[in-house]
Amino acid sequence: MSAFFAIIRRDLLLVFRRKSEVLTILFFFIIVTSLFPLGIGADSGLLRKIAPGIIWVAALLATILGLSRLFISDYADGTLEQMTLSPTPLVLLVGGKITAHWIVCGLPLVLLAPVIGIQFDLNSETLGTLILALLLGTPILSLIGAIGAALTLGVRGGGVLLSLLVLPLYIPVLIFGAGAVFASSVGLDVSGHFSLLAALLVLSLAFAPWATAASIRIAIE
Amino acid sequence: MYSSPRNRLMNWFSFSSPATFYPLAGKLIPLFWVLATLLGVAGLWISFFVAPADAVQGQGYRIIFVHVPASWMSMFIYMVMAAWAAIGLIFNTRLSAMMAQALAPTGALMAFLSLWTGAFWGKPMWGAWWVWDARLTSELILLFLFLGFIALQASIDDVRRADKAGAILALVGIVNVPIIYFSVKWWNTLHQGSSVSMTKAPAMAHTMLWGMLLMALCFWMYSIAIALMRVRVIILERESHSDWVKNLKALQS
Repeated sequence: MSAFFAIIRRDLLLVFRRKSEVLTILFFFIIVTSLFPLGIGADSGLLRKIAPGIIWVAALLATILGLSRLFISDYADGTLEQMTLSPTPLVLLVGGKITAHWIVCGLPLVLLAPVIGIQFDLNSETLGTLILALLLGTPILSLIGAIGAALTLGVRGGGVLLSLLVLPLYIPVLIFGAGAVFASSVGLDVSGHFSLLAALLVLSLAFAPWATAASIRIAIE
Repeated sequence: MYSSPRNRLMNWFSFSSPATFYPLAGKLIPLFWVLATLLGVAGLWISFFVAPADAVQGQGYRIIFVHVPASWMSMFIYMVMAAWAAIGLIFNTRLSAMMAQALAPTGALMAFLSLWTGAFWGKPMWGAWWVWDARLTSELILLFLFLGFIALQASIDDVRRADKAGAILALVGIVNVPIIYFSVKWWNTLHQGSSVSMTKAPAMAHTMLWGMLLMALCFWMYSIAIALMRVRVIILERESHSDWVKNLKALQS
């Protein structure tokens, strides 16, 4: 377990030494969500209606952008190979890397979302739902995305291919995540959406690290 | 030669070698083409001349004789493809991965056909080429999954790695297919109500059902035939370094 935390610490340290990569992703998230009102018009009723979808789709795209750097530098300099050879199970190390990725790419989105929600004129209750839904949903995005990132390691056109592979798998998260926010904004019960998001989180926690570890072994051999 | 049951079992496994499977596939392909043609002729005859016009939808409903078999086949092929991929991953058999690779384009074609004929059916019946119905949406996502599998395999140069990476993707996809299907279904009922449903038609006439079944069998036989043809090409491509391919009569010219 100490190896798990060591990996998280190491990845976070690497990110703090080179902040621009992560900040770019956050600014991407902010810019994409700010473009929609400019394209659609400033009708606050319409914006309030489409806000959940826009924020969630932007979060999906921002996560995809961050995924391409999840394993690539470790793959290039041989660290990943050392990890597969280490006595600690690869699944644990991969879990650490995914957790670090979520802290860097997922958590800031959760914290930024209310600010963007205010831009879209969401009320405070809906903002709360948005934060909770993102808190449950973004780890799933990191977990599923890690499989795609490992599969496309060192592959021609990896970044674009990654989005082609991963985005269809994100659809359930998008549906229930945005659905929860939408339901809350029209005063419906949101517990069903949260249960399903939590179920997806548990399912991906159980399977995704193994699939990722298997994909890394295939990429390295 | 003495042949015990155990030997016969061994013979079955011997077809998992590309060198023995290649001639077997060559013998099976004409058989499946004949079956596909016969079933197709019978199915089309029933669907155009025997099945009555629908009371509500008139003649336009007849596109379901292509649409429904294509949808069935697209889902079935994804399952078979994932099963071959899993066998290839577990037992490390080359031929299984080749079968998965050979099935993917046919599956994508079926998904595309299903969407395209669905649009042709939807325009006169619903008044729209496309509605965000649960089935349409999940069929579209299935097409994306097929395309992702093909794209991943095509962009990895090392075939063994491409096989294994594709296998993992297919398996992740097969876990996700039911989740995607139900999430889209719930999303659909949540957002627009079930005003549009493909199941609204009353119980089908027997002849319609027969036409659809025959066409489904025809599509099935066609898929097998075309997948076997494709797998033969893949075998030749991958085994081009081996002696048995160099000694093939067809390539001696």
